[in-house]
Amino acid sequence: MDKLDQLVQQATAEFAAAADGVQLEQAKARFLGKTGVLTEQLKGLGKLAPEERRAAGAEINRAKDAIEAALEARRNALREAVLLAQLAAEALDVTLPGRGAAVGGLHPVSRTLERIEGLFRSIGFVVADGPEIETDWYNFTALNTPENHPARSMHDTFYLEGNDEVLLRTHTSPVQTRAMLAHAERHAGREHMPELRIIAPGRVYRVDSDATHSPMFHQVEGLWVGENVSFADLKGVIADFLRKFFETEDLQVRFRPSFFPFTEPSAEIDVAFMSGALKGRWLEIAGCGMVHPNVLRFGGIDPERYTGFAFGMGPDRLTMLRYGVNDLRLFFEGDLRFLSQFR
Amino acid sequence: MQFSEQWLRSLVNPPLDSEALGHLLTMAGLEVEESAPVAPPFSGVVVAQIVDAEKHPNADKLKLCKVDAGQGELLQIVCGAPNAAVGMKVPCAVVGAKLPGFEIKAAKLRGVESFGMLCSSRELGLSEDHGGLLELPSDAPIGTSVRDYLALDDTLFTIKLTPNRADCLSLVGVAREVAALTAQPLAVPDVVAVAPTIDDRRAIVLDAPAACPRYIGRILRGVDAKAPPPDWMKQRLQRCGVRSISALVDVTNYVMLELGQPLHAFDNARLSGAIHVRFPSEGEQVLLLNEQTVTPSADTLLIADEARALALAGIMGGEESGITLDTTDVFLESAFFAPDAIAGRARSYGFVSDASHRFERGVDFELASRAIERATQLILEICGGAAGPVVEAVSNEHLPARKAVRLRPARARRLLGIGLDDSAITKLLAGVHLDVRQDGENLLVVPPSFRFDIEIEEDLIEEIARLYGYDNIPALPPQGSLAMLDRSESGRNAWDVRHLLAGRDYQEVVNYAFVEEAWERDFCANETPIRLANPIASQMSVMRSSLIPGLAGNLVANRKRQQARVRVFEIGRCFERKADGEPVTGFHQPMRVAGLAGGPALPEQWGAPTRNIDFYDVKADVEALFPPRVLKFEPVSDPALHPGRAAAVLLDGRRIGVVGELHPVWVQRYDLGTAPVVFELEMDAVLQAQLPAYEEISRQPAVTRDLALVVEQALPVARVIEVLGESAPDIVKGVELFDVYHGKGIEPGKKSLAFRVLMQDTQRTLEDAEVDAAVTAIVQHAETVLGARLRG
Repeated sequence: MDKLDQLVQQATAEFAAAADGVQLEQAKARFLGKTGVLTEQLKGLGKLAPEERRAAGAEINRAKDAIEAALEARRNALREAVLLAQLAAEALDVTLPGRGAAVGGLHPVSRTLERIEGLFRSIGFVVADGPEIETDWYNFTALNTPENHPARSMHDTFYLEGNDEVLLRTHTSPVQTRAMLAHAERHAGREHMPELRIIAPGRVYRVDSDATHSPMFHQVEGLWVGENVSFADLKGVIADFLRKFFETEDLQVRFRPSFFPFTEPSAEIDVAFMSGALKGRWLEIAGCGMVHPNVLRFGGIDPERYTGFAFGMGPDRLTMLRYGVNDLRLFFEGDLRFLSQFR
Repeated sequence: MQFSEQWLRSLVNPPLDSEALGHLLTMAGLEVEESAPVAPPFSGVVVAQIVDAEKHPNADKLKLCKVDAGQGELLQIVCGAPNAAVGMKVPCAVVGAKLPGFEIKAAKLRGVESFGMLCSSRELGLSEDHGGLLELPSDAPIGTSVRDYLALDDTLFTIKLTPNRADCLSLVGVAREVAALTAQPLAVPDVVAVAPTIDDRRAIVLDAPAACPRYIGRILRGVDAKAPPPDWMKQRLQRCGVRSISALVDVTNYVMLELGQPLHAFDNARLSGAIHVRFPSEGEQVLLLNEQTVTPSADTLLIADEARALALAGIMGGEESGITLDTTDVFLESAFFAPDAIAGRARSYGFVSDASHRFERGVDFELASRAIERATQLILEICGGAAGPVVEAVSNEHLPARKAVRLRPARARRLLGIGLDDSAITKLLAGVHLDVRQDGENLLVVPPSFRFDIEIEEDLIEEIARLYGYDNIPALPPQGSLAMLDRSESGRNAWDVRHLLAGRDYQEVVNYAFVEEAWERDFCANETPIRLANPIASQMSVMRSSLIPGLAGNLVANRKRQQARVRVFEIGRCFERKADGEPVTGFHQPMRVAGLAGGPALPEQWGAPTRNIDFYDVKADVEALFPPRVLKFEPVSDPALHPGRAAAVLLDGRRIGVVGELHPVWVQRYDLGTAPVVFELEMDAVLQAQLPAYEEISRQPAVTRDLALVVEQALPVARVIEVLGESAPDIVKGVELFDVYHGKGIEPGKKSLAFRVLMQDTQRTLEDAEVDAAVTAIVQHAETVLGARLRG
């Protein structure tokens, strides 16, 4: 074997034996430094004849290149090893929990109300609002429910002490009249009144308390008044809503004749799921109907020209069905173990 | 209303099974709330007679009976019932019979063979009565199936009638509806006028003809009030949920259930002179059948004789004039009372009766005569006696008018969204006994005397929809103009606020708007809260004027459930008196948002030290609701809050709420643990938003200088920052507090505030001299105004 080849081999071996950068630089000096073996070889070239010098020089330079390549490779390997060691030392237990605050959540009925608002907004309904201490006139009279009307016995009304004229609203329907009056006033004197499309979510109150009744609960009122609004439209909107709300086509919707003083014809809306725990049972979830002409009149709207539909649904009930909650009272007890399940 | 399917089928019998019949009623607006079989399925139970009974040889409490079950030979049956007696007729489950839950086999009981079982009512699933064997009437035919004999193959329907359908508060009413819906014949029981055989009569005076335009009376003499009511009647009553009392009472109830006409039977011997239907005079009292004495209000109609008030008309009879088992002469009343004259009255005395329930909704005003004949016929059949002539007082002008209602078929089609032609509409309406006439393009419709719910066109449109079938009306995707809705950026909605708070680790709750009076007094210093007239419970008796007490209640409840860390918020209305309140005069009903944080600041975790929540944590939550708008805070005195740890929250000079630690007195009284920090803000302020406006970003380098000022300990930092701002030249872009220090190196009663002053010009690099000058100006001003000292 050529002496230079041996030298390359030797250098490669010594580089490999260097455990760190310092040892590697020392090894480098032995071969490539000012007094290194290879440098000495180069210095020795001068002693050779010019024609030999050229060939020998080329040989030495090839060996030098090879040694430098080996040196670089070793340097890279050592750098790599240092980095790996550092990374290994810095490793964390990524399974430890994250630091800082947790997140809270919305009330389950709020989740439902937000979805209801979003769905109805997507077909042009705006949100309307009304007071919870309401006048007897808005809560009953303007809704075609005069005093002594048997329908008043359907509501067990909370009254305020010392004032017969006000009460806690028993439903969100008074918002209908408030919205119609405002709408009629806004467009008074115009040839054409634009359509009125509102939903009114809110709290309502009745003297009732058990597993399915709470003295305070939620309702969402809906109202669409226009020149050609029909019962068929009402059916279309409600059926569409229920399928979108429950995110299933696997749902039957039934409209059943009923009676409310403020709508005519009136209907109860029942749904039945075609699968799941409640399969096949008709569940009452809303009341609805065509707005009674007297109610339109009280709202300042001409019932000959305009017709409308209204509905009132129970978002508490919808929430129970959607999430499988079996006791209405849980919504109003503020129990974090319950509420935090809806994050 | 509850009734027996078999009774209904005796009047109209459509080819539908029970379930389909129930569905038909429900979809016609007579909602079937419940339908239950009268008896559970069982078989092999027959009428039997105990022929012999002796003591069981091996058991004291058992009897050895010989029973004739119509099988040719007597059966030996061991029986434990205390009432088993020779001669008694009882249900006998023979070998092979299937009873609810088990099957009858021949067996040995205490060493004696037994071939069947004598049954109690409970064993047949008829009731919970397990006192002994079910005793059957002595004329029950031996060997007959008990199911047939007791007509147990029947279903009890309970229908929930809406107030407009009083015409269906009777079997005939429901049958009339079923007949119309199924096109089946209606077999109403024959009522033949009973010819008078005596001449006794009692005069009737309608003193208030508008309230009572028709009153029919008749005297029956020599009736046997003790006569037993027939089994078939008792059974029908029982299946309508009416207890059998006596023949006379049962007959009046039966006729009411059958035809819908409430009747009343007076003991004729206790009446004197003519019957008056009148309003009460001042202070008049009536002792009612339910043993309640009432002083009727001036608008409560009475039945009276010439001596006294007898009964509340159409509501309840009087105790003193009522029939007893000793009654022999009866005065029977069948009247029409105007709904308005009855409505709400019974409720005002704290009860409702079957009669008032019907009259206030409307009873057929042409029914009284038929009903009194039907009742007479039944009383004479059951109790014997002789009937006098029918005396009718009527004021025709006061009877309900049945005016023709105009129906525009085109409007019906438009309102319902269906294409039903005129003749189909006519046919539907005529089917329910409405009288329909063509009038040009329109129809004129006259309702029958039993319908009180048809006064306007919409009533007819509803009737059309109902009879056509709601199911048959299509569900159409609605059409409307596609104008976009407003979506203002200068306001946000409550959902944004909810999500912001949820993102800051608050859980939303919904609390009752009515609270304990003590909460209002303690937390709100409210001695005159808005009280409910009829609270459901004393701890829910007043309307809240703040959301904070409810949140404190949530904290208490959750602490009891071992939740150490509670962070809750609520968005809801509060209620205060305000003379010029809008929109309801006298009340201010603002929507507010409130939050409460109690316990550790962070959930217990490995990587952060544990410390309790404090004022500044919650203050940051409040501030986070408003950027880029900047709030101001100033000390405030609030009954709910710690006086030294509470701030009023101000936005653009308006006070919009408070934030602070709950007052230690309430923390202790209500057992709230470590003091929670709460906030409450007006929603209208929170919902305002500011439209962002671009400001040019400087390309020039910024210069910062730190300076520490020593000031009085009590001086609010906000005041210092305000003063620093007053004297700062335009190049000062911000002053940030980064440290507050007191203690070693600072004299007592003072504190050191460290500020970082950020300076920048949009056009050029700042020179050291102007930076120094700016800082000097700031410091000097602070020294002059606040007595501050630059800390060396």
